[in-house]
Amino acid sequence: MFRFIVRRLLQLIPTLFGLSLLLFIWLRRLPGGPETAILGERGTPEMRAAIRRSMGLDEPILVQYGRFVRRLIRLDLGTSTSTKRSVVSEFLERFPGTVELTVTALVIAIGVGIPLGYLAARRRGRLLDHLSVGGSLIGICIPVFFLAYVLKAIFSENLGWFPSSGRQDPTIDATRITNFFVLDGIMTREWDAAADAIWHLVLPGLALASIPLAIIVRITRASVLEVLNEDFVRTAEAKGLTERTVRRRHVLRNSLLPVVTSIGLLTGGLLSGAVLTETVFAFTGIGAFIYDAINQRDYPVLMGFILIIAVVYVLVNLLVDLSYSLIDPRVRVR
Amino acid sequence: MTITAGKKKEKLDRLAELAGRDDERGVSLWKEAFRRLRRNPAAIIGAVILAIFVLVALIGPFLVPYSPTDTIGIREGLIRPGTIPGADGDHWLGYDHQGRDEFSRLIVGARQTLLVGVVSTLIGLAVGAVIGGVAGAAAGLGGRWGRAIDNALMRVIDMMLALPSLLLAVSIAALLGASLTTVMIAVGVVSVPVFARLLRGSMISQANSDYVLAATSLGVKKPKIALSHVVPNSLAPVIVQATLTLATAIIEAAALSFLGLGNPDTAVPEWGVMLADAQQYLGIRPGLAIYPAVAIIITALGFTLLGEAMREALDPKLRK
Repeated sequence: MFRFIVRRLLQLIPTLFGLSLLLFIWLRRLPGGPETAILGERGTPEMRAAIRRSMGLDEPILVQYGRFVRRLIRLDLGTSTSTKRSVVSEFLERFPGTVELTVTALVIAIGVGIPLGYLAARRRGRLLDHLSVGGSLIGICIPVFFLAYVLKAIFSENLGWFPSSGRQDPTIDATRITNFFVLDGIMTREWDAAADAIWHLVLPGLALASIPLAIIVRITRASVLEVLNEDFVRTAEAKGLTERTVRRRHVLRNSLLPVVTSIGLLTGGLLSGAVLTETVFAFTGIGAFIYDAINQRDYPVLMGFILIIAVVYVLVNLLVDLSYSLIDPRVRVR
Repeated sequence: MTITAGKKKEKLDRLAELAGRDDERGVSLWKEAFRRLRRNPAAIIGAVILAIFVLVALIGPFLVPYSPTDTIGIREGLIRPGTIPGADGDHWLGYDHQGRDEFSRLIVGARQTLLVGVVSTLIGLAVGAVIGGVAGAAAGLGGRWGRAIDNALMRVIDMMLALPSLLLAVSIAALLGASLTTVMIAVGVVSVPVFARLLRGSMISQANSDYVLAATSLGVKKPKIALSHVVPNSLAPVIVQATLTLATAIIEAAALSFLGLGNPDTAVPEWGVMLADAQQYLGIRPGLAIYPAVAIIITALGFTLLGEAMREALDPKLRK
């Protein structure tokens, strides 16, 4: 187990190295540099050159990359060219919002998706099955941002049940420790702040959950249907175990493996969807910031954020691989 | 002695006859799959939706009552700040924010939407299939060097997978500048790793099959085995995926338009651009967003239904 984790983490290094080099070269091929974003169209060539020199952009690309790697080893991702703050602190301020949003979406997707998929399989061909299969088809086909607007229009603007934007009511004077608003509220026992933050998460979380929910329902259903036909289920029933035990310990547990795999692969899609939902709900996360960074040609922010996201994605999938052995004792990671 | 030999011959004849009859019935994977596809109501619904969609895309522009670029509403003074008139007898879905006939735009928009979906899927399919095909052939047939090639290619694919797809698309759009071609390339590139992994996996699972062994022992060259035996037998999941990708491509293109990276030429209507434009007028005329959104959802549903049904029909586990 330990060796497996170490080997996977070591494998991460060449992947990140390659990714960062590709990104580095690619980003610098974007037309217009940060000097255009700062000066606009009016800057003289001398002013542009001065800014490029001050950022070290006039040096050969491999020299720039070498400097980037030397700093990266010290976990220094540089300074944003548009906000003049360190990339790491920009990230720590914004990423918690995106994490809260994706975790909410995952909780909804898993909490509803697995039971629904399981029930649909048990009641195959009945109304609930048709409804959940049909619903999940539509869930995949709805553009996320459109769903976000519809939810916002109905539940926030018409019914007024939920707030329409932001992460927390600005009138609440909440203490910030980790920038995870819900966690901060719980840690400081400011329950109203935590509850308000959760309240702000419901609609964007629901919109973002639509695609993963649909996928989890479908995969759970298919997987349960396959396991129900296995010999060991018949054996378990034949040896007189109660239906409850057979369902829980034999059917559900054995059908979870493909579901867990899909959850790992969904993380990338969730982060993409987060960009869209954050935009609709004016939710302070990394989505809008990355989008601005592309327009501003903010190389350090783009490099740093994209690399961290890639690391997160790989780590989530490592966790997924590790969880296999918890779910299925036959799987031994080596 | 002669009696037993005669019996044996009879038996063999009967066997041969049975085998021959089996052949006549056509056990080819595709024929069998098509037969099952026709019996699946989901496939029929999907195919009908797509047939209508393609028909509208092809002949719709010649049948629309108004020009999709004619700003009738403004000319007739119907559009004032804060009001967009809804449906009347001549304009079935009312006007858009520039006073153009919404129904005509919706119909003409089908063509552009189909074009974006098909071209971007083809881009992803072509690039992904080449990478996946080379990796699969190298891994399955190429020995140690083959495995090294496969490994290198798959690491690149892993890197692409580790990037959120929309981020990849957005940065490509920024790199190339907003245009229709950009949207197609950006949406296409996102699906490259999916196709590459699928074809590679499928080819590797075919590499150990008997027909590869047979071809090898007959002295067929490895590249020829890969191209004319393994690849055709590995294409089924790729074709299914392409059908499903057509749905996501249309949705992804709409997302790019929403982020302001769509086709800047708004004279040619496209559903994603129409939906993105309508977000500003949700308070005044929500229909402007709902019509293109419903059109996108139904089309995506058509591709998804057909794709899923194809997957079921081609699944060897479900074959009799």
